[in-house]
Amino acid sequence: MFANLVRYLFFLIFVKPFIYLVLGVNVIGAEYLQKISKEPGVIITNHNSHVDILLLMSLFSCGQILKIHPVAAADYFCNTKLKAFIFKTLLGIIPLDRKVKRMHKEDIFKDINESLKRGETIIIFPEGTRGEDNTIKSFKSGIGHIAQMNPDVPVYPMYINGPDRILPKTDFLWVPFICDVYATEPVKYDNTSPKEFAEKLHSIVLNLRDEHKKKEEL
Amino acid sequence: MEHLIITHNVKLFTVGLYIFLFALMGLFKVMQFMKKDVENWLIRTRSFIFIALIFTVGLSTNVLCAILFITLLSYLALKEFFSFMPTRTTDRRVLLWAYCAIPIQFYIIYIHWATLFYLFIPLYVFLLISMRMVMVSNTEGFLKSLATIQYGLMTSVYALGYLALILIIPFKYNPVGGSVGLLLFILLVTVSNDFMQMACGKAFGKHKIIPKVSPNKTWEGFIGGVIGSTLLTILIAPYLTPLTLTQSAFAGFVLAIAGFFGDVTMSAVKRDMGIKDTSSLIPGHGGVLDRFDSLIFTAPLFFHFFAYINTIVITKGG
Repeated sequence: MFANLVRYLFFLIFVKPFIYLVLGVNVIGAEYLQKISKEPGVIITNHNSHVDILLLMSLFSCGQILKIHPVAAADYFCNTKLKAFIFKTLLGIIPLDRKVKRMHKEDIFKDINESLKRGETIIIFPEGTRGEDNTIKSFKSGIGHIAQMNPDVPVYPMYINGPDRILPKTDFLWVPFICDVYATEPVKYDNTSPKEFAEKLHSIVLNLRDEHKKKEEL
Repeated sequence: MEHLIITHNVKLFTVGLYIFLFALMGLFKVMQFMKKDVENWLIRTRSFIFIALIFTVGLSTNVLCAILFITLLSYLALKEFFSFMPTRTTDRRVLLWAYCAIPIQFYIIYIHWATLFYLFIPLYVFLLISMRMVMVSNTEGFLKSLATIQYGLMTSVYALGYLALILIIPFKYNPVGGSVGLLLFILLVTVSNDFMQMACGKAFGKHKIIPKVSPNKTWEGFIGGVIGSTLLTILIAPYLTPLTLTQSAFAGFVLAIAGFFGDVTMSAVKRDMGIKDTSSLIPGHGGVLDRFDSLIFTAPLFFHFFAYINTIVITKGG
């Protein structure tokens, strides 16, 4: 309850005014974003900056934000108790251990599966880490496994352009720029292997990027 | 706190503007009811009402709030410019310096130091940005990046800064409308000139005026806009400004031509960058730079024209 109130106010007072007034967002495919409120699922995007997560969550109403949980690397965001508390309260993150080996996948993704069963939306960056120079690395197969375990949950592929200029991985200084968010038709798990599904999502995100590049060259 | 004096005439014009906008809205609603495709016009008119509301609130309290409001406008414009322009990753800190120029410039205006305002962006920021860019030590595309940043500052910060400079013109130079009257005057003339050029172009347009930059602009629209703006200026100038008949006719004529060039200059920049709108901030209009591109040319011109005929003194320093 306390955490929800804090997160609600954090986004209402700080994050949203910052994202919309100081930075600025341009959404292409807003109708797919509205779909998420009716049909919660998994949002996946490219990842170049810490701004990505604030930007994505700000696209939704403050009430909806309480039901959105970004999946974050446990070794980076939860390596101290204080950090874990801050990020869980403010952003509602679900920590994911990036280093586990030989563990049952139901156990690794336990929190994610439970969250999806409750009808919440989660955000995953399938590249596994932030990229540099606006590149999109290949997707890890984890997203495929999650989709396989939750075959009825839609996956919403998106492409974000801009945060790498605002706050690149290599810098700590923020510079304001307007961002673009491209959303498209959601997909569901299609009985291929998790790896192939991850590759399919990868190609959808690459297509969205091409759409953006084409727009720039027009 | 220095209060803005809102005269009776300014209030009347503001009310008149809202009546006009809502009447326009009603007209489009009726046309839509008659199954005509005016959806785009409805969105545009609604956005116009919003812009008018924001301006009314922003410019109705005191000088500080009004200047802060124009500072925000200038910031949004510069952010748009830097966002659609390709910038080098190495120049991130230079861009931050450029942003820092905005609050400093408007502070200079706030303390009425007009002489420094005239020189601040064109000279001192010009030199400082060049200096900071050299410190980046990346000579590949150096001049292009430097020119891009300077152009953004000159248009979005310096030229739009004249809107704030108009606001601090002392009341005694314009007893009928005060500084707000002058600002309202320049906004009305510039926006209605855009509108009349477009309307005349749609109605009589045949001969393209500058097809490679803006294929929809025609000689008929341009001339219609100039005549319309001159007439409108003669009509409204006595109520908002101290201009005589000859002066207002001249102002209307010059502002119409300047507004046209402001519009096509931004068109050329957009065409070069391969974009249609500078952002999607204002539904139906595009970005701040799409809507206020003509003001970049008209605001400084009008200020200096007014300063010339009145020999006004607003400077505090030397």
